[in-house]
Amino acid sequence: MFFTYLRRELRHRRRQTAVVAIGMAVAVALVMVVNSVSTGVSDAQDDVLDSVYGIGTDITVTQTGAPGDRAPGRFEVGAEDGEVGEDGSRAFAQNNVAVERGTASFDDDALTTVAQIDDVAATTGTLTLSSTTFSGEVPDTAALPEGADAGERGPGQGQGAAGGPDGAGGSAFSLDTFSVTGVDPGSDAVGPLTTVSLVDGRALGTDDSAAGDDGTPATVTVLDATYAASADLAVGDTVTVGDEDLEVIGTVGSTTGDGVATGSDAYVTLPLAQSLADLDGQLTDVYVQADSATAIDAVAEDISAALPEVTVSTQSDLASSVTGSLASASDLVSTLGLWLSVVVLVAAVGIAILLTVSGVTRRTRELGTLKALGWPGRRVVGQVAGESLVQGLLGGAVGLVLGLVAIAVVNALGITLSGTTGGFAIGGQERTGGGPGTGAAGGGPGAGAAGGGSGAGEAASGPFGNAVDQAAGAVDVVLHAPVSPTVVAIAIGIAVLGGLLAGIVGGARAARLRPAEALRSVA
Amino acid sequence: MYEITDLTKTYAAQGRTVRALDGVSLRIGAGELVSVQGPTGGGKSTLLQMLGAMDRPSSGTVVLDGTDLTTASDRVLAEVRARTIGFVFQGFNLIPTLTAQENVETALVPARVPGAERAERARAALASVGLGDRGHHLPVELSGGQQQRVAIARALVKNPAVLLADEPTGNLDEETRDEIVELLEGLWHDGLTVVMVTHDSAVARRAERRLRIAGGTVSELTPAART
Ligand SMILES: Nc1ncnc2c1ncn2[C@@H]1O[C@H](COP(=O)(O)OP(=O)(O)O)[C@@H](O)[C@H]1O
Ligand SMILES: [Mg+2]
Repeated sequence: MFFTYLRRELRHRRRQTAVVAIGMAVAVALVMVVNSVSTGVSDAQDDVLDSVYGIGTDITVTQTGAPGDRAPGRFEVGAEDGEVGEDGSRAFAQNNVAVERGTASFDDDALTTVAQIDDVAATTGTLTLSSTTFSGEVPDTAALPEGADAGERGPGQGQGAAGGPDGAGGSAFSLDTFSVTGVDPGSDAVGPLTTVSLVDGRALGTDDSAAGDDGTPATVTVLDATYAASADLAVGDTVTVGDEDLEVIGTVGSTTGDGVATGSDAYVTLPLAQSLADLDGQLTDVYVQADSATAIDAVAEDISAALPEVTVSTQSDLASSVTGSLASASDLVSTLGLWLSVVVLVAAVGIAILLTVSGVTRRTRELGTLKALGWPGRRVVGQVAGESLVQGLLGGAVGLVLGLVAIAVVNALGITLSGTTGGFAIGGQERTGGGPGTGAAGGGPGAGAAGGGSGAGEAASGPFGNAVDQAAGAVDVVLHAPVSPTVVAIAIGIAVLGGLLAGIVGGARAARLRPAEALRSVA
Repeated sequence: MYEITDLTKTYAAQGRTVRALDGVSLRIGAGELVSVQGPTGGGKSTLLQMLGAMDRPSSGTVVLDGTDLTTASDRVLAEVRARTIGFVFQGFNLIPTLTAQENVETALVPARVPGAERAERARAALASVGLGDRGHHLPVELSGGQQQRVAIARALVKNPAVLLADEPTGNLDEETRDEIVELLEGLWHDGLTVVMVTHDSAVARRAERRLRIAGGTVSELTPAART
């Protein structure tokens, strides 16, 4: 009788059942999508962190430098520099390599100190550099108007040399920035190498650290495959870093996902990086793995105590340092997504409660009659609550399908999120230095410019934009929103709870009805 | 059957207290057919609610076959309604979404009669009121008289000790009214105690004992020799 009556009642008020079920379905689907996408974004963040810091890195040790410290990008193009072309113009290229702006190197004693701390499972040290190549062509300085001396420019002032009035004999500069990370090839338990796999050629070996007769490192490099493709480089080519021409011996990709860039554009042996940047015995990053997750905070504190100068970041600090569209997505999901779900959920449950209560009021005589027939109160309440519960479950079932479809759509869209980590200073952060229209005016140090014959502002976006794109080591990750048992459980849970809540409120109404109501309001 | 002593029921309505029943004392014996007449608002329905264990008196006692309905718990009252009392309403009060057969079966739900037996007994009850072939009809598909027959079948299917009917013919035309009254008379002839409220004298006159309630007090219209 319970199910017969329930089925009849719900079929009788189809429209109300549909409204409640659809409301619940939308809420369930929305919560599922938000939950799933939020997991996807969080996974993507992990991927970014993994590809930048490597798998298993619990703590990183860095040191911040004063702004402007060791600023790369001071280029001095003297009047005698470069090769003089037939028309008297000079082509030149200068390369500067130094630690990233805002970071400072520190003595590699720190690595030893950290390794000796309790509960430290593994450590490795790297030296991350930024290599900037400034190249261009200037017209014959003798032909230029007074005051347009191309020499002695301020640091990074990429102000384009003025071209001739008609644009003829104009100059063009381009700026190419990429990151170079000095790694210890023998230490791949923790750190950036843990998520790097060989794509082409060979990897850096321990031999490369001291290849020469006098123990000097081999002048070889391994490039990130994504960077190599964008810079049109392949195994066997050479890249110039500082004063050295390095042979490309291999390319690598990230193990965290297809098409995911690795943490650095180029990798060299640590000794080579130190010699290139004139930073013997110096590191910029120490990667630390703790014995267990519970030991992380204690280890971080011990490191801070032993090395007061450095910045110690744990995995959760690092997660919050991820910027870029990934961070925006994360914010969007955690704020808008959350609030939207809450609002829709409250509305859906509210509608269910409202309609259940109004249904009980409308059925006063009917439910009173059942009580007059001797139906126990809980049997009447159970009937009303059962109806709401089934409405909720119907909505839950529809919502589950709707949610799964929506998640499938999100995944099919193949949304690419880009994550950049602060502090670790992947190239491309300097993008703030200028954009279309500001390049010619000279951005901060390192900002490039193109002037000359073409319209200054617009032309700047050409080579400048390319330079930034190439330098941008931001890690791209395709969003994958997973369907976990949790997501399904949440959907069913919401449907059951929403239905129960409406049923309890409606049931409480029904419970208060007296049997004598059966005699009232005779139609 | 019923032993009613000094029964008073007051309602609080809009700040005033209404004495729907005012010191009613009454005995109703097993196997009686009692009609209750009186003006609208006289207290007829209130008396029937007290007899039907649907509400508690403000003072006085109602004892049904030894059970004091005044002091019994809600659970016991529900039990009494489920097993002992058959109730017929003026407005039929069928569940609109259930068929005639299912409506009759609802009366057996609280007694936890197993499904097969429930269906069988409901079929028999419907047949006894002449609706053996209408079990699958919804209330809206039945005439007023047929609906009231279904309601009577629902009251009878539990084999109650007493049948209480509150203006059972109030919503029916004259012809149907007689059918229903004859049906109730037949039940009384078969030994059922019947208390029937009506303001129709033609109906009331068919009862062997006639009561009148006005202003909450009861008077016997038939010689009060029966108490
Ligand atoms: N639930 C109630 N609340 C307030 N007053 C009521 C209620 N039920 C009945 N009354 C009042 O009690 C009096 C008797 O009502 P009732 O027994 O229904 O009369 P009858 O059935 O004879 O027409 C009336 O004045 C009516 O207004
Ligand atoms: Mg009445």
